[in-house]
Amino acid sequence: MEKLPYQKPYIKKLHAGAMNKFGTRTGVQPVKSIEGVSVKSLIENYGSPVFVLSEKQIRRNYRAAYRAFSTRYPKVQFAWSYKTNYLNAVCQIFHQEGSWAEVVSGFEYRKALDNGVPGNKIIFNGPGKSSDNLQLAIEHDSMIHIDHFDELTLLLGLSKNLSNKPRVAIRVNMDTGVYPLWDRFGFNYENGEAWSAINKIITSGSLQLVGLHCHIGTYMLSTDAYGIAANKLAQLAVSCQTQLNHKIEYLDLGGGFPSTNTLKGAYLPGNDTVPTVDDFAEVITSALLNFGFANDDLPLLILESGRVLIDDAGYLLGTVIANKRLANGKAATIVDFGVNILFTSFWYEHQVSPAQDFVAHNENMVIYGPLCMNIDVIRESINLPALNPGDQLVVHKVGAYNMTQWMQFITLRPAVVLIDEKLRTHLIRKNETLEYTAEPELVPAHLNNSK
Amino acid sequence: MKLKSNIATSENGFIFNPATGDSFSGNGMAAQLLAAMKNGKTNAEIKQDILNRYDVSENQLDRDWDDWMLQLKEANLLEI
Repeated sequence: MEKLPYQKPYIKKLHAGAMNKFGTRTGVQPVKSIEGVSVKSLIENYGSPVFVLSEKQIRRNYRAAYRAFSTRYPKVQFAWSYKTNYLNAVCQIFHQEGSWAEVVSGFEYRKALDNGVPGNKIIFNGPGKSSDNLQLAIEHDSMIHIDHFDELTLLLGLSKNLSNKPRVAIRVNMDTGVYPLWDRFGFNYENGEAWSAINKIITSGSLQLVGLHCHIGTYMLSTDAYGIAANKLAQLAVSCQTQLNHKIEYLDLGGGFPSTNTLKGAYLPGNDTVPTVDDFAEVITSALLNFGFANDDLPLLILESGRVLIDDAGYLLGTVIANKRLANGKAATIVDFGVNILFTSFWYEHQVSPAQDFVAHNENMVIYGPLCMNIDVIRESINLPALNPGDQLVVHKVGAYNMTQWMQFITLRPAVVLIDEKLRTHLIRKNETLEYTAEPELVPAHLNNSK
Repeated sequence: MKLKSNIATSENGFIFNPATGDSFSGNGMAAQLLAAMKNGKTNAEIKQDILNRYDVSENQLDRDWDDWMLQLKEANLLEI
């Protein structure tokens, strides 16, 4: 006689109370494939855990964001924020779509050059540029965004006696009505520091002030802040024109648009609360178009978006290692990926889906990673069906920052796979090996006992 | 471990503890185990019956049985 299918026994306490005013929640759905490629085959071929990126989704995001701005404003340029995800294959997708490169360190600058980005299409931001970095950027005619007076002084020294004046912009911080203020990048608008820097650059005669830049925050949930920022940058540009007879070629509104991930502590899911790129585009372009520039004299609008263009194109696939019940009776599941490779689990309530069919009963549980550390918590509270060791999971919207901020800690960092538009899979970063991590290490002779 | 004698259970997995007013819902397997426990079967008998009828390994069942006991204990449904 054929045996009946087995289910793990499970009871759930019933709570009487008011209904959720948003209605009943839809149940968890299994996610068995990414862009048509089965999760099982991805894990079989590339190991577990593994990051997966969808080229189709990246291009879709880029085109939608570009369209949101370019249909509202005549001169728009995107610059891919390298720090968000600087895997070369990812950068090349954005460059193919027409993005310039926005870098914040000498390391990223060289990566952009190696990716074939012409020097004059690299924007060099960041507060920590060395003299060598600046020299390199000058030689390649990049746009150097000056962060502080010491950098300006250094740059003035480097640009003495040069026939081609380096192209620079200043980074401006300002009150946009979002607190705490981000006043650590650049020169302040309200106290006149930005204006003073502009004067210093123009009167020096050895630098070309081509642009004005701001980076007002990250994961910004208010579109109004960008309207205020655009107005203040436009005001500075107009003052340059009228008082110093100097034309500013571009305004760079930086990045900071949120993805639809749900922030920790948020009452409603990100999908329902986050403004769209169209909302931001409407506010920014309206501010510039209504400011009073002549139609043929509008400055180029540059955006340095990162997160919003790639977060939802990234997935982390992993496997359940074990289940346990905590002292208070709560269920806990241990998975094979930790916070060291999923850095964003400190900020987001990442959506996690089982990758196989399951029984209907959900249980509230905590998901722990494999690190022997108390902070290694992927989700503090999530309703999922009972998971068995060996079951596979999909973590959603992990494309931004995880593949740059990940840490090698007690385990090796996993492979990254790209699914192209024709659904072919490509390994774009190999999983690390012990040899790779040991390669830079040196052991003094008196301590060397290895064979 | 014995189920408290005053616990009311239904065939489809509803559980009521009249002493505390707590109610619970369980899946099909939970309902079966509760019914068997109420009928006074021993743990060994219950497990053997499940092994005979269901597609589950002894290891997995042992593991789930331990977890089942923890759930009942946490829900305050077992005799102390």
